[in-house]
Amino acid sequence: MKPIFEYTKGMTEMSTHYCPGCTHGIAHRIIMEVLDEMGELGNTIGVAPIGCSVMAHQYMNVDMCEAAHGRAPAVASGIRRVHPDKTVFTYQGDGDLASIGTAEIVHAAVRGEKFTAFFINNGIYGMTGGQMAPTTLIGQRSTTSQDGRSKELNGMPIKMSEMLASIDGAVYVERVALDSPAHVRQAKKAVRKAFEIQKKGLGFTLIEFLSTCPTNWGMTPVKALEWVRNNVMAYYPIGVIKEPKEAEEA
Amino acid sequence: MTTDKVLMKGNEAFAEAAIRGGARLYFGYPITPQSEVPEYMSRELPKVGGCFIQAESELGAINMAYGAGAAGGSVFISSSSPGIALMQEGMSFLCSAEVPLLAMNVSRGGPGIGGIQPGQADYYQVTRGGGNGDYHIPVFAPASIQEAVDLLYEGTELAQTWRNPIMVFTDGMVGQMMEPVKLPDYKPVLKPSEIAAARNWACTGYTDRGGDKERRVVKSLRMQPEKLEEHVEKLFEKYARAEKELARWESENLKGAEVVFVSFGTTARICREAIEILASRGVKAGLIRPISLWPFPNKAFDEIDFGTTKAVISAELSMGQMITDVQLALNGRLPVFLAHRTGGMVPTSPEVAARAQAVLEGLK
Repeated sequence: MKPIFEYTKGMTEMSTHYCPGCTHGIAHRIIMEVLDEMGELGNTIGVAPIGCSVMAHQYMNVDMCEAAHGRAPAVASGIRRVHPDKTVFTYQGDGDLASIGTAEIVHAAVRGEKFTAFFINNGIYGMTGGQMAPTTLIGQRSTTSQDGRSKELNGMPIKMSEMLASIDGAVYVERVALDSPAHVRQAKKAVRKAFEIQKKGLGFTLIEFLSTCPTNWGMTPVKALEWVRNNVMAYYPIGVIKEPKEAEEA
Repeated sequence: MTTDKVLMKGNEAFAEAAIRGGARLYFGYPITPQSEVPEYMSRELPKVGGCFIQAESELGAINMAYGAGAAGGSVFISSSSPGIALMQEGMSFLCSAEVPLLAMNVSRGGPGIGGIQPGQADYYQVTRGGGNGDYHIPVFAPASIQEAVDLLYEGTELAQTWRNPIMVFTDGMVGQMMEPVKLPDYKPVLKPSEIAAARNWACTGYTDRGGDKERRVVKSLRMQPEKLEEHVEKLFEKYARAEKELARWESENLKGAEVVFVSFGTTARICREAIEILASRGVKAGLIRPISLWPFPNKAFDEIDFGTTKAVISAELSMGQMITDVQLALNGRLPVFLAHRTGGMVPTSPEVAARAQAVLEGLK
């Protein structure tokens, strides 16, 4: 019998430690499926961040290294200098990329580093137990914004993708969501496009995934997906923010 | 080709020695008194097929170094005291993940931003580890540009052998002065495709490993305390070997000495002059010059002539940091005194000689 579906070779055969309803698993899988489909698994080096996905290297079936909190873009820049022909990516949460690691991600984009940053935006610090992130929405409760995030005290949630897209070296930036099968398919297309642009050496690429954290949001997995659809996507609209002109891509 | 003696500025000679020793990647951020190093690297590395990045910060630089090292590259970085402080998170991480790195601190006066004149007040920072957790970094302190050149030339290979950062700790005086140096021959370097086989732990992607799909993961996190303890104990077996194999020093005039100076780097040169001044006044003085600061050369102190020596003086450009190691090495066998200036001030040899005479007078 011919199999019609197989587990991707891009993931190790291991159960993840992620909570039920967390979208890390989907993000991991589509990234690794794309690398598998592109025949790049043996040619890829990934960088895991600090945060819930610090152990992504247990699941992603490629060579990987861990990075200190926020430093993944600097680490990836170093890797690229040694292996200019490999596919390199970072996988970073919002605390990692949008708070402690802002200098590293901004300057990686400025240098037009030829790696892809996968930015998991779930609006909260998951691993440390639900503290406010730079991307926590106004009014959203967290353990360090117990009455809800206030603009006066904390400012508005940061829009990293829009900010990074304003940098010349960032050539492809897209925000995707993982709340529905249609959006997951769209996300996978974006991941593939980012890797293809990286392979062409056009510059820095970033995909922002609007993700969930049912545990720290205090929601069921289904409610968490609804929260993304109704609240997160209203502030963080999905879609292409910047892409190379077709002439450049060709 | 090995050169005949050429007159070079310290910082430029350091950079050239690192290149000749095999370093092909340099990540740096400008800071006085070592900015000639990134300048030299930006100009010279591309000529030998290497890479230079001016990082956004010292945090960026040390993490680029970690990434490149984890990918099997031969990396050199340099900075000065406050910049080295910013790199400590990375130093701890590299030690934990066992990633090789050749690093140099051209140190200046502190604390805080301090000043830009020479200092040795980073002794604790470099020998005790400014980062978190249990780890060590072998630290070597040259007293001349030639010695720095030789240590930096050896450094890349040492770092790879020990799979650990190796630090050359010099100061603004040695970095900024000029001396004649002999530059050694270029060592061979690995092509990217040769890294996977030569460095059998480095992240390269498995296509470079002839179909061996065993994944390589370079990491620091160990959530289970049993596993972390096991890992740290393994690191410390390595450090115990390093303590035996990497301790280096030079001693001079110990036989019959009344007083023995202990000092490294620039200060050791001042002590040598002080020894001559003292000799002209009929006082016999000796010198122990630690070359490795970690591991501290405890054995050197067994060479002291305990029949004649009445005091040991730790001469430092700090308020007295190495003195702690001198006291530990002597373990109460002799009284230990300090001769020092700090904040970028450097003592003159007559000042040091006078301090030794005052110490001996006080013991009568």
